[in-house]
Amino acid sequence: MSEATEDVNRRMLRARDAMDRDYALPLDVPALARIAHVSPAHFARTFRDTFGETPHRYLQRRRVERAMRLLRETTVSVTDICFRVGFGSPGTFSRTFSAIVGRSPRQYRRAAVAANVPTCFTMAWVRPGNTEPPNTAVSEKFPPAPDR
Amino acid sequence: MFTAITHSQIYVLDQDEALDFYAGKLGLEVAADVDMGDMRWLTVAVPGHPERQIVLAKPGGPMMSAQTAEQVRDLVTKGAGGTVIFTTDDCRKTCETLRERGVEIIEEPTERPFGIDCALRDPFGNHIRFTQLS
Repeated sequence: MSEATEDVNRRMLRARDAMDRDYALPLDVPALARIAHVSPAHFARTFRDTFGETPHRYLQRRRVERAMRLLRETTVSVTDICFRVGFGSPGTFSRTFSAIVGRSPRQYRRAAVAANVPTCFTMAWVRPGNTEPPNTAVSEKFPPAPDR
Repeated sequence: MFTAITHSQIYVLDQDEALDFYAGKLGLEVAADVDMGDMRWLTVAVPGHPERQIVLAKPGGPMMSAQTAEQVRDLVTKGAGGTVIFTTDDCRKTCETLRERGVEIIEEPTERPFGIDCALRDPFGNHIRFTQLS
């Protein structure tokens, strides 16, 4: 570990932040590598070394997490959700979502339950990881403000 | 039992740089800056609110081995450090002001059920948010 590693961490974090922000855009490795100031050839490997998963997987699961949120909290159609979170086709979206979440988008929507937590917390915890996704689907409301 | 939260702590990798960022760019007030040579007690607060301070702590010192400090630095730069959430009266305007000051905005002001919300990174990787509550 060294300042060099910390600098690499920081630049990989910048690319990850870009995925969390711009998941709806057609982000690709060259674009992310530019944000991180590394060569496209090194980007995916360095990202995986830093965060434990490839950038492709990270982005795919961010898109699925954002789709879960729209399914829970809006009445937007599954097809519209697919494009809104950055998937290229409804078929790919449905297959990817079902493979990761274990339920189809429509099944997921029917089972959704609400709870009150901030968006940043949802984004950190609901993005599907290596384990089963949480059973409780949560909505994004801020906790009640204290009296000032 | 408890009556208030007075201090919360986040790790920063360099306290001079942290001071420049949190006071110079984010506009917080220095609540305490006690330099004791090897250690420095550095806290900031929202102007006019010294009752709630953020301790800008540097990993290291006798309480932490060099190896542990290195692990903390590694985690902070990966974004696995702390989060602080502020409130603001005007999220969009604050965001523009901070952007002009060169602050790294990681999430544009976004309408949420609880208000308008925006996020930035400090120079070390800590996650800072500010919300205009609705």
